[in-house]
Amino acid sequence: MTCHPVARPEEEAATAVRTVAVVGPPNSGKTTLFNRLTGLRQRVGNFPGVTVEHHIGYIRDAAGDEVRLVDLPGVYSLNPKSEDERVAVDVLHGQMADIGQPDAVLLVLNSNNLGSHLVLAARVIALGVPTLVLLNMADELREQGGHIDVLSLAKQLGTPVALVSAVTGEGLFAVRNFLSSTAPAPEPLELPVVGNTRITREWATRVGEKAKYRRPATPVWTRRLDAIFLHRIWGPVIFAAVVIAVFQTIFAVGQPLSNLLQRALDSTGVRLGSVLSDGYLRSLVINGVWKGTGSVLVFLPQILLLFLVIGILEDSGYLARAAIIADKTMSRVGLNGKSFIPLLSAYACAVPAIMATRTIESKRDRIATILIAPFMTCSARLPVYTMVIAAFLPNRPLLGPFLGTRALAMLGLYVLGFLMAVTTAKLLNSTILRSKDTPFVLEMPPYRWPRPVSLGLRLVDRGKAFLYRAGTVIMLVSLLLWAATNFPMHNGQPPAVQDSVVASVGHSIEPVIRPLGFDWKIGVGLLTSIAAREVIIATLGTLHGVDPESHAADLQAALRHELSPAAAVALLVFFAFAMQCMSTIAVVRRETNGWKWPAIQFTYMTLVAYISAYAAYHVTERIIG
Amino acid sequence: MIFNFIFGRKQKPQREASALADLEVGDHAIVGEMKMAPSLAEHLMNLGLVPGLEVTVARACPGGDPRIYRVEGTEIAMRRDLSSRIQVQLVGAPAFGD
Repeated sequence: MTCHPVARPEEEAATAVRTVAVVGPPNSGKTTLFNRLTGLRQRVGNFPGVTVEHHIGYIRDAAGDEVRLVDLPGVYSLNPKSEDERVAVDVLHGQMADIGQPDAVLLVLNSNNLGSHLVLAARVIALGVPTLVLLNMADELREQGGHIDVLSLAKQLGTPVALVSAVTGEGLFAVRNFLSSTAPAPEPLELPVVGNTRITREWATRVGEKAKYRRPATPVWTRRLDAIFLHRIWGPVIFAAVVIAVFQTIFAVGQPLSNLLQRALDSTGVRLGSVLSDGYLRSLVINGVWKGTGSVLVFLPQILLLFLVIGILEDSGYLARAAIIADKTMSRVGLNGKSFIPLLSAYACAVPAIMATRTIESKRDRIATILIAPFMTCSARLPVYTMVIAAFLPNRPLLGPFLGTRALAMLGLYVLGFLMAVTTAKLLNSTILRSKDTPFVLEMPPYRWPRPVSLGLRLVDRGKAFLYRAGTVIMLVSLLLWAATNFPMHNGQPPAVQDSVVASVGHSIEPVIRPLGFDWKIGVGLLTSIAAREVIIATLGTLHGVDPESHAADLQAALRHELSPAAAVALLVFFAFAMQCMSTIAVVRRETNGWKWPAIQFTYMTLVAYISAYAAYHVTERIIG
Repeated sequence: MIFNFIFGRKQKPQREASALADLEVGDHAIVGEMKMAPSLAEHLMNLGLVPGLEVTVARACPGGDPRIYRVEGTEIAMRRDLSSRIQVQLVGAPAFGD
């Protein structure tokens, strides 16, 4: 503060940034409003110990003072049974350490659905914190023939009330005015006994009646579009088309983009390397830091594309329809329809897929989907499958030109991953994550045009979340792996791989992997492939002194020499099931806000992989003789 | 009493009590008892499905399950396993324009 050079601590405390909590039910347009107010001046964080995420943004009030806005998760009530609602209650009571007692509350309600949403208003106002009630979507209320007497509502609630539209910006000056005023705690005329929803709802109806509330009609377009999108025949046809489009976008557009970025990063790395002199520094910079950065960045195109597509589906309202169309199928394995698109995207890559589980409201279903997604055959497994199959399986036509032995083997591996995902889902359903306790209920939003600004902000948000929170872990593991392959030194030079730390670890785990038919070289490959599954090819190439790209046939010959056919089958099965991917682990940690779930998942998948590979090895050996 | 005010239309004499799942698409009914855990009933009430309010079966998904129910300003999709546990009083069959 340059204008108060001698400001004393007390004075500073008095002018300290005030905190205002933004509360509202899901589908009230709360996030749109928060984005409208704060724009890019926001950051994402996790509350300690829970998977709940919050955004903190800054705006200036009408007097020009900075105010900190905390966007809480969407809640229907303040009943601290669900994690989201517990967090909201804690923040509103000033029991969240990082946030402190909020000075005021912005309560965002959907003016198209006040009957329900005033129930939440009763609960929030009863807390006694100065509150501004924002009746959002005023434009829709007007266009659809609805009405509300704002003054009457304000008098009854004892709080200021404003009709606003987060989309058009209408009425938002009220927020800045409210923030700069020292609003008194609310004094409502009459509040219901909080706790009994039915009585509160009757109160809400009375309040609405007095305020001459007329609910707008369901938009005609929503009914018309539902008649098409949920049609007996057209519904599934359109659903299939959308699903194929999503899949094509991440596979046919995202994948090449990622590859392009990878190549650009590699060639920049080479150019960077030519500037540095040979030795440890160069190796650290190029093979450690640069490669680590690359392995983080390379996910960005797919993540952003997937979130763009899902964002369009979500904002337009189609995602909810797709979810209920897919629901019947998904319910057979104890999941709900919202898991469908994340699981489908996992066929390209588990990392964006796990981030996409954010659209699943049910915590239980979200965790279950995260746990099974890495079983889907992602694109990083393909190079490994291709190499091993090409080395061991001669290609013979089975169905004319349509299906050969190799294609069949590849298909078999896809089916294998899918079956294990289904088995795991069912297993979860009968053990640690029972679905009976949380039946599937989904609020259907009306159809709307997706807005580029809102889509853009979400892409920035997700991109940042991935780079900062998951990227750091990926970077750290990359550096560790670099150190493991570049120590101990030999005369100041990095050792050959067979003399490095990672090789001795490979040797030491040989007794464990011997029963699967693997030797220490495969062991080293399994270790380095934690960076990314396909890295095993480069590692085996180095260990055998063969360039896997120019001399693929030589590497295949070396593999045939190293592995028995039964061990090759075991290796394929191991890769189908193991969680050999630090990026997936990092992103699961980031999305579940802790090491508990990634630890459970890694242990489970490694055990499944080991046992299945062991079984596959012995069964194949028995068959081949 | 207050609900009579909201549902301005004349109600036909209540014909029968049944489960929400048993209604046909287009039927209107008054929500009654919810035979489920209190926390779950609470969740449905927060979404807008409150005993005493009128619910309409808006649409069925391809395959018949889940279905979409309309209560005042909200549309909620739920499966049969849940809607079969909600008692309702039938008010009327589809009216013109529904």
